This record gives sequence, structure tokens and C-alpha cells, in this order.
Amino acid sequence: MAVLNYTESSRKVEEAIYDRVIPAGEGWMHELEPGQVLRIVDLEGNQAADTLFYHAEDPEDHYSAVATMLGQQNIYLSTGTVLRSESNKGLLKIVADTCGRHDTLGGACSAQSNTVRYAHDTLPMHNCRDTFMLQLSMYDEKYTKRDLAPNINFFMNVPVTPDGGLTFADGVSAPGRYVEMQSIVRTVALISNCPQLNNPCNAYNPTPVRVLIWDK
Amino acid sequence: MNSIWNKTIPAGGKWSGTIGKGKLVKFTALGKGANLSTIMYHANQLTERYNMPDTLKAQHTSHLTKGHVLMSDNGRVLTSIVEDSLGWHDSISGYTSRKETDEKYGITTYQELRNNWLRSGEENFAVELVRNGLGVRDLVPVLNLFSKVFCDKNGDMHYVEDHCYEGATVTLRTEMDTLFIFSNTPNPLDLRNEYSSVPIQIEVFDAEPVKDDDVCVNFRPENKRAFENTWEYHTLLSDSKSVVLK
Ligand SMILES: [Zn+2]
Repeated sequence: MAVLNYTESSRKVEEAIYDRVIPAGEGWMHELEPGQVLRIVDLEGNQAADTLFYHAEDPEDHYSAVATMLGQQNIYLSTGTVLRSESNKGLLKIVADTCGRHDTLGGACSAQSNTVRYAHDTLPMHNCRDTFMLQLSMYDEKYTKRDLAPNINFFMNVPVTPDGGLTFADGVSAPGRYVEMQSIVRTVALISNCPQLNNPCNAYNPTPVRVLIWDK
Repeated sequence: MNSIWNKTIPAGGKWSGTIGKGKLVKFTALGKGANLSTIMYHANQLTERYNMPDTLKAQHTSHLTKGHVLMSDNGRVLTSIVEDSLGWHDSISGYTSRKETDEKYGITTYQELRNNWLRSGEENFAVELVRNGLGVRDLVPVLNLFSKVFCDKNGDMHYVEDHCYEGATVTLRTEMDTLFIFSNTPNPLDLRNEYSSVPIQIEVFDAEPVKDDDVCVNFRPENKRAFENTWEYHTLLSDSKSVVLK
């Protein structure tokens, strides 16, 4: 496996201005001021935090997986990665990462993609895209399905091989691993803490994540 | 077989339009080093669109070739790749922006060069999206037909310069009524400082009905289920007598 990129943070939990646990299968939508730092902690390990960002002053400018990968000509996200919008604005920058690698090619699970990937009878199962849509509907009616672009899967490992394969590997995360990103502009974060029960990546056991915010 | 329609998109050009289900759409590179950035939407429900992650993870692939299908975000097959002379089309490297185009090839303007100014994917897509009642918020990862971009074991992305030869072809079959938007602009990872766009011919033919042994339907069980979702959609739309209860 390729080199992982570990950077610890010096930020202290007791100095955070916001601290919340997102249970497995729940969503979270929250605005970050420029300079604020968001940490997501994988409390029990090998969980997927499906995450999207929007430019708060231009909500139609959503996170872009491709612009983010192109900006560094590398598909894996870690410390130093600038998370870019469709118009190629830097929204946030990853400033610490004790997981070493995060995915932005695998997208979010949905009821419909579950029927394709696993079986037709998985249609009723809870999924990330339902969480995204529920959160968007509660947050502001200006957000619609049109704003659901491919997302980031924090703590997920989706290796791509030189011959064009794509696999879902064992998680590179572990209990307590975290990723931290500093907002460059006013940014809206949208998280679905993945409820997927069909995928061995989380040992078929979705677990909570914790979000913390610092003012700088 | 004679095409029912054909069009050549010049270097830097763009085109958008709806092609109904059950057609073959054949693309031919009229020079080497072609790159056709392509987005697809379900013509009858524009919020349903090509979804790169769903397409790649269902088929366990990061490149696209014959047998693969291009899935929508509703678990259905918009189009399938039924013929391919190249073996690799790119799905992860996006479209060129105006800024990159200016930086790489020098600033060109309409005022100076009239219609020979160098177009960008960003602007081509913006125009055609708006023309179809959509907008830049509807931009999602595109396909780059004719391009090969691979990732090494560290995840670094590499564009392969001599991948596409003159005369290379790829054929999509429409499984749903599909709005296509094409931008014939260079791949963003093509680092040569020559604007390497070449004309691309598009021909449309009527397709044979999909048979039980179809290569795309049978490529993986995931593909079969995506086709079943697509057929279910069409069953519910049609006037089939079997669903009419008296
Ligand atoms: Zn999920």
C-alpha cells in the first residue's frame, strides 16, 4: 500500500467551541466561518463519514471531487489537500490527519445504488443519500437534489490500481483516528454518518463519529 | 448500415441534444489524441444524471470500456458501452477550465482570433447547461471519451499521451432517453502546451433490441440489476395492457 500521510493536531479538545457526537445513521449540517477548524473523529474505527461542502455565499457551488483530485493530481485526500468547489475555489484545507488517507471516488450509498450493488430487496434500507436529502430539506429549501454531487468518504480506503481496477479495501482507520480541516471561506458542511449494513468495510457495524469545531 | 444522423464536432466545439433510448451513438476520433468531455442527464427527469462513483464502484473499475454501463444516480443505466477500439476511457479527470486553458495555451480572445479562439470545457458546459434549463450547479464528474488517465500506487494521476490513435471508435447504446452534453476540449491532465483537440464524428444508428446474452447486461450481476431497474422504469411508463385492471 502507498505511503500514508500522518499529521497530528495540537488543538485541545477542551478549547473547542462545539462538540457533538453524530450517531451511526444520523446526519449533520452546519456552517463554518472562515478560519474555523472542523475535526471529525472516527470514535470506534472503520466508520465512513460521507461529507459534502458548499460555499455558504454561493450554495450552487458544491464540493467537487474531481477539482479536488486535479488540484493535487492525486486521488487520495490527506494533510495539505485543498477541498475545492466545482468552480475550483478552495473551500477548506486539511490541516491534520491521523488516518493517513481518505476517499473521494466511492461516493455515497443510496437506496438505488444498494439495489445495484447488493440485491433488489435492500431498497428499504437506510442509506447516506436519504440522510443527505433529509438534512438539505431541513436546512434551507434553496438546497435540492441538484446539489448532491459526489462526496468525500472520510476514513474510507478505496484503492485504485494502475491497471484501472477499483476496490474497497479494509479500513485504514482505527478507534480515535481523526481528520481536521480549516475553512478558507464561509462553508456549509453536510455529513451523513453512513448506515451501510451490506459492506465489510465497517465490519457490518456502523458506529458514531464526533465533530469538534475550533475558532482557529 | 447507414446512420440516421451524424455530426462532426470541431476542435474546441460543443454540442448538446437528446437521443432517445434504443440508439447506438458511435464516436470516431478524426485525429490522434482526442478527448471528448461528456455529461449525461435523463432527458425526461433532468435531476437524474450520470453518477461517476455509482458507476465505478458497482463495476469495481476506475476506467471504462466495452461491457461497462454508465449509471445514473437512481441506479439505472443511462447508456452502455457496446463497442470500443481503445480499451480505456477516463472518468476521473474532469474538464478544462478557462483559467487552465489560458495558462497552458496562452490567452486567446474572440476579438483577436474570431472563432479560432481556444474554448474551455468550463464555458462550453456552462452554455449548454443553461441552454437546457440547467446550470453550473448541475455539473458533476464527466466522462472523457478517448482519454486514458491511470493512477499509480501512490494515487498520482497520469495522462497517457499516445493512447488515442486516429480512427479510434467507441459506441454507446442509449438505454434511456438521454440528454448528452459534449465539450470537445483537451483533457485537463494533458500537460502538452499545444491545444490538442481534434474533430470527433458522431453517428447515430437504430440499435437492435437488447438480447439475453447482451455483453453489457451480463458483464456483472450489478449490471443486470441496474438494467432491471431501468426496465422497471419503462414498464411503469408504458401503456402495457397487462397492468390495466378492469
Ligand atoms: Zn453510506
